[in-house]
Amino acid sequence: MDFQVVVLAGGNSKNLNPLVSKDVPKPLLPVANRPVLYYVLHQLGQSNLKDLIVVVEGEDAALLVGGWISKTFVDGLHVEIAAVPEDIGTAGALRAISHHLTAKDILVVSGDLVSDVPPGAVAATHRRHDAALTAMLCSVPVSGSSDSGSSGGKDKTKKSGRYNIIGLDPCKQFLLHIATGDEIEKDSRLQKHILHAVGQMEIRSDLMDAHMYAFKRSALQEVLDQKDTFQSLKQDVVPYLVRSQLKSEVLLNGISQAEENGNEKLSSLNNQVLVYQILANASTPSFHERYSMEPDGSSQSRKTHKCCAYIASNSSYCVRLNSIQAFMDINRDVTGEADHLLSDTSSDRDNIIGPSPKLGAKTTVGPQCILGEGSEIGDKCQVKRSVIGRHCRIGSHVKIVNSVVMNHVTIGDGCIIQGSVICNNVQLQERVVLKDCLVGAGFVVTMGNEYKGESLARKEK
Amino acid sequence: MGAQKKSATPRVSEDPEDLARNPLQAILLADSFATTFRPITLERPKVLLPLVNIPMIDYTLAWLESAGVEEVFVFCCAHSKQVIDYLESSQWSSKPNFIVTTIESHNSISAGDALRLIYERNVIHGDFVLISGDTVSNMLLTEALQEHRERKKKDANAIMTMVVKQSKPSPITQQSRLGTDELFMAINPVTKQLLCYEDKAEYSKGFISLDKTLIADNPSIILHNDKQDCYIDICSQEVLSLFTDNFDYQHLRRHFVKGLLVDDIMGYKIFTHEIHSSYAARIDNFRSYDTISKDIIQRWTYPFVPDILSGSTAIKVERQGTYRASDVTVSRSADIGSFTFIGQGTKIGNDTKISHSVVGEGCTIGSNVTIEGCYIWNNVTIEDGCQLRHAIVCDGVIMKSGAVLQPGVILSFKVVVGQQFVVPAYSKVSLLQQPTHLDSDEELEYADNTSGTGEPGSDKLNGDITPDLSETAYELGAGGVGYIWSVFEGVQDEEWRQSVAPIPTDKLIKLMLEKDEDDEQLTQDGNVFSASGELKADSDDNGSGDDDNEDSGDDYVFFEKEVEATFLRAVNENVKVDHAVLEVNALRLSYNMASVDCAGAIFYSMMKLAVESPHNSASELHKNAADIITKWQKLLKSFLHDIDEEIEVVLKFEEMCLESAREFAALFPQILHLLYDKEILQEDAILKWADEKEGADAADKVFLKHSEKFIQWLKEAEEEDEDE
Repeated sequence: MDFQVVVLAGGNSKNLNPLVSKDVPKPLLPVANRPVLYYVLHQLGQSNLKDLIVVVEGEDAALLVGGWISKTFVDGLHVEIAAVPEDIGTAGALRAISHHLTAKDILVVSGDLVSDVPPGAVAATHRRHDAALTAMLCSVPVSGSSDSGSSGGKDKTKKSGRYNIIGLDPCKQFLLHIATGDEIEKDSRLQKHILHAVGQMEIRSDLMDAHMYAFKRSALQEVLDQKDTFQSLKQDVVPYLVRSQLKSEVLLNGISQAEENGNEKLSSLNNQVLVYQILANASTPSFHERYSMEPDGSSQSRKTHKCCAYIASNSSYCVRLNSIQAFMDINRDVTGEADHLLSDTSSDRDNIIGPSPKLGAKTTVGPQCILGEGSEIGDKCQVKRSVIGRHCRIGSHVKIVNSVVMNHVTIGDGCIIQGSVICNNVQLQERVVLKDCLVGAGFVVTMGNEYKGESLARKEK
Repeated sequence: MGAQKKSATPRVSEDPEDLARNPLQAILLADSFATTFRPITLERPKVLLPLVNIPMIDYTLAWLESAGVEEVFVFCCAHSKQVIDYLESSQWSSKPNFIVTTIESHNSISAGDALRLIYERNVIHGDFVLISGDTVSNMLLTEALQEHRERKKKDANAIMTMVVKQSKPSPITQQSRLGTDELFMAINPVTKQLLCYEDKAEYSKGFISLDKTLIADNPSIILHNDKQDCYIDICSQEVLSLFTDNFDYQHLRRHFVKGLLVDDIMGYKIFTHEIHSSYAARIDNFRSYDTISKDIIQRWTYPFVPDILSGSTAIKVERQGTYRASDVTVSRSADIGSFTFIGQGTKIGNDTKISHSVVGEGCTIGSNVTIEGCYIWNNVTIEDGCQLRHAIVCDGVIMKSGAVLQPGVILSFKVVVGQQFVVPAYSKVSLLQQPTHLDSDEELEYADNTSGTGEPGSDKLNGDITPDLSETAYELGAGGVGYIWSVFEGVQDEEWRQSVAPIPTDKLIKLMLEKDEDDEQLTQDGNVFSASGELKADSDDNGSGDDDNEDSGDDYVFFEKEVEATFLRAVNENVKVDHAVLEVNALRLSYNMASVDCAGAIFYSMMKLAVESPHNSASELHKNAADIITKWQKLLKSFLHDIDEEIEVVLKFEEMCLESAREFAALFPQILHLLYDKEILQEDAILKWADEKEGADAADKVFLKHSEKFIQWLKEAEEEDEDE
């Protein structure tokens, strides 16, 4: 399909402290007992996009991720792992692996995306319009993934729905304006010349940029080379491409390349363009073409490139795991309303229990729960809307509600855990009460302690 | 009836059944409160100007009648008598279900004034249509009215519905085909609420700003650049009272609409109604006059087209959109092209070519005349061999043989163009002299004009014109009568934008090139704006940094002047030193200066005073300086905190001796000594200055040499000190 996929898996995310650790980098954070990266890779595989580069921040994390991928996706996917230094930004990461990019178009996906939107559809939209950039937009999830994490409950309600400001053309095919980050808090400035060319622009604040972009490789590399200050795809590269779409600076080289390669190629390129136009259903030329014409309709005097949008349907699920709140939400959703993401799990839908769990007497595991393999639960326990990892040992009279328990966790008798995340190898002694807490890997909570809304983690040595 | 009705209305409007009983009213502003149609409107009100041979107001009234309006209040201001006379003599005065009432005013200078006056009259009892008398439309009001009423029932703040229509401005000139500037409207696609209205968007700015609260409140906004404001508004009664409450509202759009959109305290809302298949446009300038005339001839405004509207006089529509009145005399060899209107009683000579033009009633057109895209009103005489392109020719004009009108010319009433005379493009010619001043605010300008409305122009004309005939003859060729109005500075370049003539190609090419450059800048600007945060901060800093530097130069000059003035006042009024210090400090803060600058400025003022006070010799000057320094040393000292400031004083003195007060040059060492004696300057400062100057070139060292002795002495004194 001549599409290369770059999965920006990230590494140690500060937003997700203390959930991420050296042993569990962000791509391997469990969502319903599978690393979050699984969901992206699975979707890509489903869309037959099998030529992947997974970019991980930091060598150690790359080794871990690489190990997991080679174990899980033995066949089917052709995956390369690339390690890049930390804190170079998404654009920096792409710049670092730029020499690996060879295909005509590049699909860049964030590794923390949990979504059922087929990436193939985005790629197809991109191809259909022969666009320089196609961004996937989805409606803002109801549960919300607030930037400020679990503590930001109040902010979330206040600025509900204001994630990105996105301008679309009347057919909702083209991306005319995109503002992210700080700009959202200011008055919006919309470029007049784009508005002139299109006539009307719909400005939406209820769409989220899902961080899945298809780029034309030549355009992407051009921008990365020319603008070496660009750090972030979302905040620099994408807005730049959108802004300059009617005054393109990026495709000049693409065309000259074609000319160098001789006329044959050029004509085939023209043919391709023609085919794309037909595919694009272009009975009326898009505003890009009209704009690029001279008023007398003859030659193409201006260079333009197209920026398209793929808007996921309202019913689709699409959340990024970029905050602790999102982590909780996704775990809950994937076991609940969005359980189709776990399509190949064989167990009963409401209550997914791994192959060999041992449940004690009078223990109830409610609907929308997952119990990992090798976990044991003692007598008279209650588990509701929670995910419990592998090889956990849970004592008797334990109540776990709305929580995520990772692997190898030991929970003593009489503990009550609500709305909390318990990381790997944590030990909770008897009668611990946790409410809305985060317990970092390897932490030991001593007997009888009660915590509310705290983040417990071992001090780094 | 007033009081009773008024108290009854609020109750009535809650009940839709009763509401329906209220006859639909309309306010027609028979005055545009603008000057775009000058010089023609100096003599005749705009609403009575013929549009394809029928006065504009007839189109408006005919539409209102057909749209179900039962009562129209025609507000006349400029030339009100002409409007009233016309209406009284016309068919409109005698319609059974369509009452036309005139409201006359002599001192209204804006639409705002007009509506305030109408409010006072208390004649509007429900929803009304607000329209100006130069609007041509054939839209059905029922749907818009229905929407408006339903919204109003649900939300009492929905007080106005504006009619808009699709019309994309030209990508090159950024103006619509009606010649109006591009308009940006932000509309909520679901509710159709108008959120933002920008008609005077600055060309220079490459972007348009949307308030963040708008985006926060509306998940989806459509920003339109492709809509045209039809200037047909359906208003609720509140609109009138709002105008009365906000007595500074003048312009319907610029003040009222924008005022409501910005003001969120009252929460009034404006909605839009888009029409798709029907026609609505307002004649705002000469270009829209041209465009709308063509639309009428091409029957977009059906049923409001000349052959139907004129009723009594028989006008036939022929092939290719040629309209011909019954008794027209056209020579066989004359060529009447497509989309042309020929009025009653007009005679056209041999080999004359007319196309895309309107020729009024009773005109006489000679042989070999070429008329293209022109609007020729009634009783015009055009002699043989004239050429007219894209011009408006008013009633009674005489064009002598061989005269030429270049594109965009406006000939006002009864102008005579001399033989073979070529009227240059875009000229406006009138028998009246151009008003000498042009008010910057075009709406308010009507004030002067209305005083003369009572008399029809011709009386005045005869008086005015005769004495100047010689001059006017010169202006319009042999036998010509009329003044060519000069174009005001700045307007000149824009003249082509709103003229009747099509925009010349070279202009378009020029504009396109400019636009490309602009775009380049824009993308560059864009980079600055929204690249990563740091980048923006940097560039901003650079920008403002440069500004600061430039400013500081100016600022220092101002500051110095202020300090000098303060000092002189202190001297003259014998202000206490402490107070003077306070004042200078205040200046220092307001100009953001350092105390170094204060010291320099004060010393400068002191020395300047010394030079300016009378003296005959150098010694007297020295004495003056000594007196002043002695008297005000405290002031100076309070700004001399450290050695740098003292050096500044020396440098300042040196500069003065070189430039503004050369007389001091000879006295340099003495004054320096004096300053030292008064303990204003410490020896360290003087020595440091000397050291600094040591390395300078010869020219700079003049004063150092002068004061060599003194410095030598200082050095010795220092050494002695050390010895002790």
